[in-house]
Amino acid sequence: MGQITLQDVQKSFGPVHIIKGADLDIADGSFVVFVGPSGCGKTTLLRLIAGLEDVSGGKILIDGKNVVDTPPAKRGLSMVFQSYALYPHMSVRGNIGFGLKMAGLPKDEINRKVEAAAATLNLTPYLDRKPRELSGGQRQRVAIGRAIVREPKAFLFDEPLSNLDAALRVQMRIEVTRLQKQLGTTAIYVTHDQVEAMTMADKIVVLNGGKIEQYGSPLELYERPANLFVTGESALQRGAATIGVRPEHLRIEREGAGGWQGTISVAEHLGSDTFLYVDAGPLGMLTARYIGELSLHAGDRVSLVPDPQRIHRFDDGGNALRG
Amino acid sequence: MATRQTQLLARSLLTPAVGLLFIWMIVPLALTIYFSTLHYSLLDPGSEEFVGLENFRYFLTDPAFLASLQNTLVLVGSVLALTILLGIPLALLLDQPVIGRNFVRLMVIAPFFVMPTVSALVWKNLLMHPVSGLFAWLAKLVGLTPVDWFNDVPLFSVILIVAWQWLPFATLILLTALQSLDEEQKEAAEMDGASAVSTFIYITLPHLARPITVVILIETIFLLTVFAEIFVTTGGGPGLQTTNIAFLIYSQALIQFDVGSASAGGLVAVVIANIVAFFLVRIVGRNLEA
Amino acid sequence: MARMATRQRVVISTIGAWLFGFLIFFPILWMVLASFKTELEAFAIPPSFLFFHWTLENYVTVQERSDYFHHAMNSVIIAGGSTLIALLIAIPAAWSMAFSPTKRTKDILLWMLSTKMMPPVGVLVPIYLIYKTVGLLDSRIGLVFILCLGNLPIVIWMLFTYFKEIPRDILEAARMDGATIGRELVYVLTPMAIPGLASTLLLNLILAWNEAFWTLNLSTSNAAPLTTFIASYSSPEGLFWAKLSAASTLAIAPILVLGWFSQKQLVRGLTFGAVK
Repeated sequence: MGQITLQDVQKSFGPVHIIKGADLDIADGSFVVFVGPSGCGKTTLLRLIAGLEDVSGGKILIDGKNVVDTPPAKRGLSMVFQSYALYPHMSVRGNIGFGLKMAGLPKDEINRKVEAAAATLNLTPYLDRKPRELSGGQRQRVAIGRAIVREPKAFLFDEPLSNLDAALRVQMRIEVTRLQKQLGTTAIYVTHDQVEAMTMADKIVVLNGGKIEQYGSPLELYERPANLFVTGESALQRGAATIGVRPEHLRIEREGAGGWQGTISVAEHLGSDTFLYVDAGPLGMLTARYIGELSLHAGDRVSLVPDPQRIHRFDDGGNALRG
Repeated sequence: MATRQTQLLARSLLTPAVGLLFIWMIVPLALTIYFSTLHYSLLDPGSEEFVGLENFRYFLTDPAFLASLQNTLVLVGSVLALTILLGIPLALLLDQPVIGRNFVRLMVIAPFFVMPTVSALVWKNLLMHPVSGLFAWLAKLVGLTPVDWFNDVPLFSVILIVAWQWLPFATLILLTALQSLDEEQKEAAEMDGASAVSTFIYITLPHLARPITVVILIETIFLLTVFAEIFVTTGGGPGLQTTNIAFLIYSQALIQFDVGSASAGGLVAVVIANIVAFFLVRIVGRNLEA
Repeated sequence: MARMATRQRVVISTIGAWLFGFLIFFPILWMVLASFKTELEAFAIPPSFLFFHWTLENYVTVQERSDYFHHAMNSVIIAGGSTLIALLIAIPAAWSMAFSPTKRTKDILLWMLSTKMMPPVGVLVPIYLIYKTVGLLDSRIGLVFILCLGNLPIVIWMLFTYFKEIPRDILEAARMDGATIGRELVYVLTPMAIPGLASTLLLNLILAWNEAFWTLNLSTSNAAPLTTFIASYSSPEGLFWAKLSAASTLAIAPILVLGWFSQKQLVRGLTFGAVK
């Protein structure tokens, strides 16, 4: 079981309020991603749940029990750190088994569990190596192995993939998601990468300025973004309000076909997609995406026509206006 | 880490160190200040009386004070100049591709680990002895009259010994700094058409500015209180020629047993050292932000 | 050195560096050579460099004079004792400041450093008088105590810089793995800090072994370590050069070896982290 509930959780460092009252219900077995710009409090919130920081107010319930006064060691959670935080003086075996050793399990049981976890993560050949002898991806797996072997109530991930290169990041993303589904353990995952959030999450928590701005499934957020950060959209100033349109919801037309006129300043041809960065004069820079190859180049004039159904409106604070 | 439990534990672990250092600093200093206002001679016990600033007047107007202050400044300044002016080329040399660099490093650092009494005696006898010393023999070899080091140029002799002890420190600090200089910066300068000399002036030297400051400040702290080298070679003489402030205070306290005057001198030394320490602490403190 | 070194350049800099290095090292070498000469040869002009009658006589004499061992033992006890006590006080303090810093941590560190800046002559008189009153003059305990306090700021600083380099994440990971603070110290922090602890220990041993202000002023015979013992050779009789050299060689050999092992950390430690 791993049901986590936050009730008006607050955290301040001196006069600075990092978390301004967070309420959240995380269902057992779900994969929840905290997303938001840097400084929004997502990592702090994770560390509060972990017990690595004390809350300044509110309650954190794990399976119905308030744990705010429970030390991290006793909360039954495990965590994967951004830096992996492997013990440099221990072998892979020692790293994965450390938590079990602390829990006082007999040696052969520790070995059995460590080896099972290593097999799941393709780490068996490296069990007796030290972390410094491993590649970045392998270290990442050891960190995950250390988290799963203890069969915790929930996994906490703190931007675990941000130190990997792009290709490996995609691979690990898939692997982590698969593993979580297979184990059925609750997971809380902090990232600033929207792609990770969209692809991995059952539910996304959007944090901004220490507040939970939106909580919903990836598709809900995609369709009805609560603020500009969520969308990554082109933003256009329209009087006091701002409107946003996603790159894929701008139709690219010949110049003069209505919509917004502009000059292509950069064209990225990725084969499967074409991204156009269009200088629309007083409107600023717009980004448009075309599925497939489009033979347009820097300097060409184009019209961008928005899909009227997919325009989002925001107030001057960047928050969504709902009709 | 920031849980209440650990914070409480941390505070209690810090207390012994802070407490001890506080006592170590405050008690002797307070006593020094107290003694400095007394007429207090160990030869004449029981005659202690309050004399106000008389000891300071006596110490500061004593010709020995001015002589020793001058000696102190000459000693500190010369050793600093020697160690830095020799340390920079030496560090640059060791930063080059040198075969057996590690071994050379060991030879260069060695004097730093020799206890002051040993280096002073080895230099005084085996090297600088006017008749049987190696320098005397070398001088005769090239047809010069051997120098009677500790009689003719006593202060310079002490400076040589102390500079030899501190040259390794300056060299290795500068070398460490040189090795942290980004090789690409030098290569970029080279691509920009800079000659070796202008690379040194515009890239290397500015990079060394900070380590040089650190060397100056740290050496100054230690050099202000050079004692053993003088104690075993010249005993402050001939006359007052090699008496620095540290040695003067020592001789007033433990040879002339004039506690009051020595304490006043001690406070003068503390004030001088604090002026230097002020700048050092600022430099080191800036480094703590990271 | 990313640049290709030309052969010529390597040759020139190698010769230069070895020459410089040899000149700097020469006084020590000369002393070691003298320690294997007879007293007459040590004093002789012209001096002989290698082709003299090599003898161990001086070392035997120095060994036979039991007071050498007495003083060497004093050095070991004073340097070792002051180092161990300083570490015992410094480890918890440095741990506390590195892993649970507060707003005042920086000020405390700088204040500790400033106590090291106080010139010993400034407090020589009261310390001497206090020691005289309580009977600590010429006692090992008295020297252990004073050297321990004198070097404590350096020890705390060095340990602090080493502890600072241990990523907090790793200690937090141990905490998440269910380790209590005690077990975290034993299984994670200590093994990771061993290199730093070792070099701090070495640096402090070296500093205490070579300390020559307090030892010269506060000890005469009973507690006199090697610094004071060697200083007693300063009387002008040149007849004891070979024995002086042998005694000196013995006195500096252990510390020179230790110093060679820890030179890099040592120099860095002495700058209080201001040069990396």
